[in-house]
Amino acid sequence: MEGLTLSDAEQKYYSDLFSYCDIESTKKVAANGRVLELFRAAQLPNDVVLQIMELCGATRLGYFGRSQFYIALKLVAVAQSGFPLRVESINTVKDLPLPRFVASKNEQESRHAASYSSDSENQGSYSGVIPPPPGRGQVKKGSVSHDTVQPRTSADQQEPASPVVSPQQSPPTSPHTWRKHSRHPSGGNSERPLAGPGPFWSPFGEAQSGSSAGDAVWSGHSPPPPQETWVSFADTPPTSTLLTMHPASVQDQTTVRTVASATAANEIRRQSSSYDDPWKITDEQRQYYVNQFKTIQPDLNGFIPGSAAKEFFTKSKLPILELSHIWELSDFDKDGALTLDEFCAAFHLVVARKNGYDLPEKLPESLMPKLIDLEDSADVGDQPGEVGYSGSPAEAPPSKSPSMPSLNQTWPELNQSSEDTAIVHPVPIRMTPSKIHMQEMELKRTGSDHTNPTSPLLVKTSDLSEESKINSSVKFASGNTVDGYSSSDSFTSDPEQIGNNVTHQRSHSGTSPDNTAPPPPPPRPQPSHSRSSSLDMNRTFAVTTGQQQAGVVAHPPAVPPRPQPSQAPGPVVHRPVDADGLITHTSTSPQQIPEQPNFADFSQFEVFAASNVNEEQDDEAEKHPEVLPVEKASDPASSLRVAKTDSKIEEKTAASVPANVSKGTTPLAPPPKPVRRRLKSEDELRPEVDEHTQKTGVLAAVLASQPSIPRSIGKDKKAIQASIRRNKETNTVLARLNSELQQQLKDVLEERISLEVQLEQLRPFSHL
Amino acid sequence: MAVCVAVIAKENYPLYIRSIPTENELKFHYMVHTSLDVVDEKISAMGKALVDQRELYLGLLYPTEDYKVYPSYQLCRYGYVTNSKVKFVMVVDSSNTALRDNEIRSMFRKLHNSYTDVMCNPFYNPGDRIHSRAFDSMVTSMMIQVC
Repeated sequence: MEGLTLSDAEQKYYSDLFSYCDIESTKKVAANGRVLELFRAAQLPNDVVLQIMELCGATRLGYFGRSQFYIALKLVAVAQSGFPLRVESINTVKDLPLPRFVASKNEQESRHAASYSSDSENQGSYSGVIPPPPGRGQVKKGSVSHDTVQPRTSADQQEPASPVVSPQQSPPTSPHTWRKHSRHPSGGNSERPLAGPGPFWSPFGEAQSGSSAGDAVWSGHSPPPPQETWVSFADTPPTSTLLTMHPASVQDQTTVRTVASATAANEIRRQSSSYDDPWKITDEQRQYYVNQFKTIQPDLNGFIPGSAAKEFFTKSKLPILELSHIWELSDFDKDGALTLDEFCAAFHLVVARKNGYDLPEKLPESLMPKLIDLEDSADVGDQPGEVGYSGSPAEAPPSKSPSMPSLNQTWPELNQSSEDTAIVHPVPIRMTPSKIHMQEMELKRTGSDHTNPTSPLLVKTSDLSEESKINSSVKFASGNTVDGYSSSDSFTSDPEQIGNNVTHQRSHSGTSPDNTAPPPPPPRPQPSHSRSSSLDMNRTFAVTTGQQQAGVVAHPPAVPPRPQPSQAPGPVVHRPVDADGLITHTSTSPQQIPEQPNFADFSQFEVFAASNVNEEQDDEAEKHPEVLPVEKASDPASSLRVAKTDSKIEEKTAASVPANVSKGTTPLAPPPKPVRRRLKSEDELRPEVDEHTQKTGVLAAVLASQPSIPRSIGKDKKAIQASIRRNKETNTVLARLNSELQQQLKDVLEERISLEVQLEQLRPFSHL
Repeated sequence: MAVCVAVIAKENYPLYIRSIPTENELKFHYMVHTSLDVVDEKISAMGKALVDQRELYLGLLYPTEDYKVYPSYQLCRYGYVTNSKVKFVMVVDSSNTALRDNEIRSMFRKLHNSYTDVMCNPFYNPGDRIHSRAFDSMVTSMMIQVC
């Protein structure tokens, strides 16, 4: 630092200030706390203060030597005069007024300032300096001689509020009056809180005035200088002031005021002695805290739960982040609740923070909760050990604090909170499309026909998971062959299906190619084989239509291997019993029936409707297979099939035949159901008129079965009941059929999509 | 020592992520993100009951990755998941010291304890980013001392 030239006035002023700050009377180093306060009183923005500190070299040194202090003061003056802060400005700026440190406590101070300013020499040197609030100002102005008397008196006047003013240190040159005050440092109970930086006093004053703007005051203050530069500053908060302030701001003013004054009187934390322990709680403060504690928790030995504490401290209007930090510091045993000691510590910290003091990184010793005795700080040492929790067993995350008695009590709280985080076991992630899952469910629901010869298909659902992808492709192949990948079989679209197809495969595997179906859809976790057998759609469950595209493509969109329509209709009518027959039929018929485009062969229905048509099924079956799959898929399926027939189907057709076979093998649905379904689905699916006709036929057939129910009233009650029963059965069957058909429809739709994709792949240029 | 520490919430968004400043932080963010998949995989592969702390510790998530850039770290990623599906991922530089498994476990234990302390704070809303200074200091103590 370049040499600093000071005028005499400056010299004196600076030395007085230095003395003021030199609480340790080292004559060499100015106490950082004091300097900090001084700078705060300078009413400079924080960054300026910081800059000043840097410039003067204090940050380098970590302390304020005399020269640094002088330089800093000079810079303060520079800054206050509005000049840019430069190292050179120290000496270049001429006629710099003395730095002003504003206590701004009240007009008295300004008066003092005025008086000071009027002065020239000694006081003049302090011209700009406004004596800090009574306590502080006096200290600061210690060096200011008699003029300080005035402030002193004013300070004295203010004294009533704070009984004793005792600047923590006694500047060597402090005027007598000052000395008077400054000599109070002792004990400090009655000491005035000196620590309070100037700005704090104003709040205090305001508090005194009963304004509830205390809060506003807090916020109004410039933030305390950054911690980092004040290495040793951190813990020198003017607790007393703060504490007095805090009650003022938070509580009822009158009470606060009294309390404040009382606390101020008491609090003065023996600066001299408490320099190391600025966080000590005075008795008044403690009493105040205890009273507050009682309002929340009457039992002094009890705990304040975290939520109540949160509400309480939120009232102080501190930012949540700071409150969070305060909590961290004060909740010693980390149990989520505050004991009396913890509460007092937290309250104290809140007060300190509100007064502008930075929160310490670690809980000061004086604030550590004392387990055994309030006054006994012997346990404090023990506390830290417990705080660590590092040793706490890791097993149960919540088991933090070691042995705190409160732990057990608060345990439930913790549990709750931790439970809030929703301890859940891993949830399997379903990768397969939900549709498949849905279908699976449906299958299960409806299903029960595990008699499906194509049981392998049923199984496949389970296999699908991994193999689905592969299977799908394979299936497609099979599907292709099948052409209509009978729902049960080869809905290659379904990963499951595919797997099944593969497994069972029918020979289709070879056929299709492959199609290099796009990677089969992720395996479906669903069990899948549920009654999938009953539904041809087993495989259809594998939703993956999209993914299956490739595979599906190969799979001819042929109707799900539902039992051939021809067959289906027949057996369906007759209920499950016939289904078997139907199935057989289907199995046979499919083979014979190539994937005929004309799925909608409603003749079957008619036949079916007519009776247990089995014979005619062949033809119908042929159509049926395609129809069947369609049934499942309802319209789309049919359309799909149609599409297939149109184009891709060609390939499929070949495959379809086998597919049909496969279909047959795996009756799309339980025999009766499929049949029935077919009927119905076809009815539904087939938009064509034929279908309608067939439907009607089918319905008629179905109904025909019903007629068996004796309608005649004259019948015996038994007959009626029998008929009722039968009706119910019919209903059940129809319902199942319906669901199965729905599933088949879905499957078929998927297959259709996949087939379309495949088609596109195969003949990418065939159509746009 | 750890090069990067991250706390990931159940919904897989970061609650806290911190890496040594000299490195490209984005890279570490990316590494942590990719590690989440591995963590999820391990979670699902495990049984249901994850009460045992041993099961909370997932171990090395990824084979050693050579950090090709100048520092030439050998970065290993370790994972740890709590019962509430909060995941801790730590990237350590094993080029200097071969950290033993126990050391990693102890580091995770400390992380876990600090995390529970954070959770106990009534002012902390689960799901918020962690700003706790105590947590920060604990993590700092675990990180590589750079600068």
